[in-house]
Amino acid sequence: MAGRPERGVQRSPPWLAGSQIQGAPLSAPLIEMRGITKSFGAVKANEAVDLSVAPGEILGLLGENGAGKTTLMNVLFGAYAPDAGEILVEGRAVAIHNSADALAAGIGMVHQHFHLAPRLTVLENLLIGIPGKSGRIDRAGGLARLKEIGRQHGLNLDPNLPVSALSVGEQQRLEIIKALFRGAKLLILDEPTAVLAPSEVDGLFAALRSMAAQGLGIIFISHKLNEVRALTHRCVVLRHGKIAGRVDHPASTTSAEMAKLMCGHEIVPPVKQASTPGASVLTLDGISTASHAGTPLREISLFVRAGEILGIAGVSGNGQRALADVISGMLAPKAGAMTIAGKAVAQFSPRELQALGLGRIPEDRMTTGLVTNLPLADSMVLPRIGTEAFSRRGLLNPTAIRAFAEAQIKAYDIRCPGPMVRAGALSGGNLQKALLARELAFDPKVLIVSQPTRGLDIGAARFIHEKFLAMRVKGCGIIVIGEDLEELLMLSDRIAVMYEGRIAGTLPSAHATVARLGLMMTGAEGHA
Amino acid sequence: MFRLEARTSTPAWFNLALPLVAIATTLILCSGLIAVTGAGVIEAYGVMLSASLGDSYAITETLVRAAPMIFTGLAVAIAFRAKFWNIGAEGQLLAGAVASCFVGAIPMPGYLAMLLMALAGAAAGALVALVPATLRVKFKVDDVVSSLLLNSVIYYALMALIEGPWKDTFSGYPISPPIEDSANFPVLIEGTRLHLGVVVALIAAPLCWFLIARTTLGFRIRVTGENPEAARYGGINVQRVLLSTALLSGALAGLAGVGEVGGVHFQVMSDISPGYGYSGIVVAMLARLNPLGVMPAAIFLAAVMTGAEAMSRATGVPAFLSDVIQGTALLAMLVALLFTAYRIRRVGASS
Repeated sequence: MAGRPERGVQRSPPWLAGSQIQGAPLSAPLIEMRGITKSFGAVKANEAVDLSVAPGEILGLLGENGAGKTTLMNVLFGAYAPDAGEILVEGRAVAIHNSADALAAGIGMVHQHFHLAPRLTVLENLLIGIPGKSGRIDRAGGLARLKEIGRQHGLNLDPNLPVSALSVGEQQRLEIIKALFRGAKLLILDEPTAVLAPSEVDGLFAALRSMAAQGLGIIFISHKLNEVRALTHRCVVLRHGKIAGRVDHPASTTSAEMAKLMCGHEIVPPVKQASTPGASVLTLDGISTASHAGTPLREISLFVRAGEILGIAGVSGNGQRALADVISGMLAPKAGAMTIAGKAVAQFSPRELQALGLGRIPEDRMTTGLVTNLPLADSMVLPRIGTEAFSRRGLLNPTAIRAFAEAQIKAYDIRCPGPMVRAGALSGGNLQKALLARELAFDPKVLIVSQPTRGLDIGAARFIHEKFLAMRVKGCGIIVIGEDLEELLMLSDRIAVMYEGRIAGTLPSAHATVARLGLMMTGAEGHA
Repeated sequence: MFRLEARTSTPAWFNLALPLVAIATTLILCSGLIAVTGAGVIEAYGVMLSASLGDSYAITETLVRAAPMIFTGLAVAIAFRAKFWNIGAEGQLLAGAVASCFVGAIPMPGYLAMLLMALAGAAAGALVALVPATLRVKFKVDDVVSSLLLNSVIYYALMALIEGPWKDTFSGYPISPPIEDSANFPVLIEGTRLHLGVVVALIAAPLCWFLIARTTLGFRIRVTGENPEAARYGGINVQRVLLSTALLSGALAGLAGVGEVGGVHFQVMSDISPGYGYSGIVVAMLARLNPLGVMPAAIFLAAVMTGAEAMSRATGVPAFLSDVIQGTALLAMLVALLFTAYRIRRVGASS
């Protein structure tokens, strides 16, 4: 391809290119984007955005959902062609039309959703698309390069494991290795910590710091301001597609100041009002599950009282998913009993639980919560389509369905063109609001939510938190399963820690600290 | 250089424009074949058009042919909405034909016979469709393969019947005995073959639309097809929805066979269906799985089939062209569907 940028006179295989970064002149930024503008129809996703990254620099890219971060990075990685503006790599203008051009220019990207072939091994995934020697795959060369990357940055993986056997954190590590393997000098990470447990985040940050110390440039996209402050050297804040501000010393800038740049106004943490817990609205007594998916539950007993929020903390994969599945009716336990508002649960079906007064918000809103290809209104009435509210004798009531969706869109300020828009066209925050609305509209006695604010920006997360706290004051019992300990501490009245399918201990929030919970999450401390 | 870029939304007029573009592309591509045979393209298509839609008799003939494809098209459209991949409409049609022929051969009052024929044919089609659906729900057997292979099973079982125990003793040919004259569907326009079953087919399409768009079962079918996990989370019994869909789909395909027995052939023979079950897939795809779209799509294919015979007689172009048009139309539509998800963008001259 003629438009492909020159890469000097390197004749070495592509995986040897990564170590050439020291030669870059310090004066020229590694990557410079100038005046990038990109519109989708009437919406300007990016407008005249300038951004540069120097070798060895970790740049934070901040912004609320829909602020244009992902679009900007997709332009840099070649997924979209910008309407205006140019991209310079080490001072030279380059044209990037696709990911191959981007990789050739030394730009690697780790997407939120991984691009791996699950049945192939770690090494095979690395070698995809790498030209071999005379038609044969160069396994030995690949293995050597993989070891070298492992040594350089402390990123180690067993080359012969199939990707399907890797944890989410390991798959992300593989994506990073893949970018380095292809000679990336600049690494873009799109919300990399959203899928990681707190302990894994530390490992990721150590690796990123090591890479930067060796001259790589890194663009770190995140919503989590404490992470951005801990990791990055400099930040660029996007709002409505434009640069809203730059932060030169993130470590000494407060989260509130950054949040103000992102949202355009002050963010005040929600006030937790006093609430006296009433009678227990949900009890689990000795619930165990068969070991068919993930960590099974082993004799879980817990309760939630009216007007109380119970947080469930734990490193991901310690049975939280099974717990959420049992409580929301997706998985019947093999032993144990559950009651909702004093009534025993017999079938553990979604319909039965709903009828008993349970509200449910799933962990994965796109796959479990909504039907992305159908109108938003359909997703909003889905769990109660058979009830009097939306149908009678098997016939739908389209007027009622539409009116319900419209009312909730208004009440929850769900930003969308209307109830008939494809649900998949909405942003994560708005989808979460829609899921919240569809449950809270029916005044549940108990609410179970998993990872309620994962991937949401500050404004949307704040909104969700306020709703939970308001429900709590109204006397709803809420279970929040999460990995963000600060969020759990802020919301919960009590926090239970899960470890290997059991409750390792329960603490009143007043006595809980991140450090203590962290210790319990590793199974080190039991506290009943 | 061009490239595909993901669309964020699909404009509504696409639903109409895509099938039209697909059909136009098909006719242009197939004109090459006509030219190869030495005939004039305009002339050949002209004969095709006038012989299928040119006068009122031609129109009734086209409608008679469209009726079974409306039923199989509806069968496929509803099944595909739930992502139950029913490729077995052909076998379900044959089963419906056999069952209704059995019932129609029993002497009884005419309208009772017709009603029972319809019920028996629908039930037979439904039972056949239940096989791949049950295999999928209980044992995770791929429904594409099982429903497709079942077509051969039914076809050869039918052959065995009419070659053996059910052979018409009067004629001695491998055809079934005819149904009672009183069970023949009434002809609606004197001097044509336009029978009651055609009207039933034309009524069935809006009914199916109503079922999909306005009933809770239709809602559950749509949701289950688009996202079974969200459906299950939302309290829908996904397995039951799949089985209900299969029964419905099979019954519709069975009715296609009933119409052919009661309104056209009055008995069962090996070539009672020239692949109406498979054509139903083309119809459903052209209709974008919308039951209302099934009607025009089936009429288009019927017109091609009826017109192709006249074209063959007038211009010497083999009538097989109608099969080529059908196949090409399906491929063109599948390609056209790409544009509901992607748009083509021109990228600067880079290569």
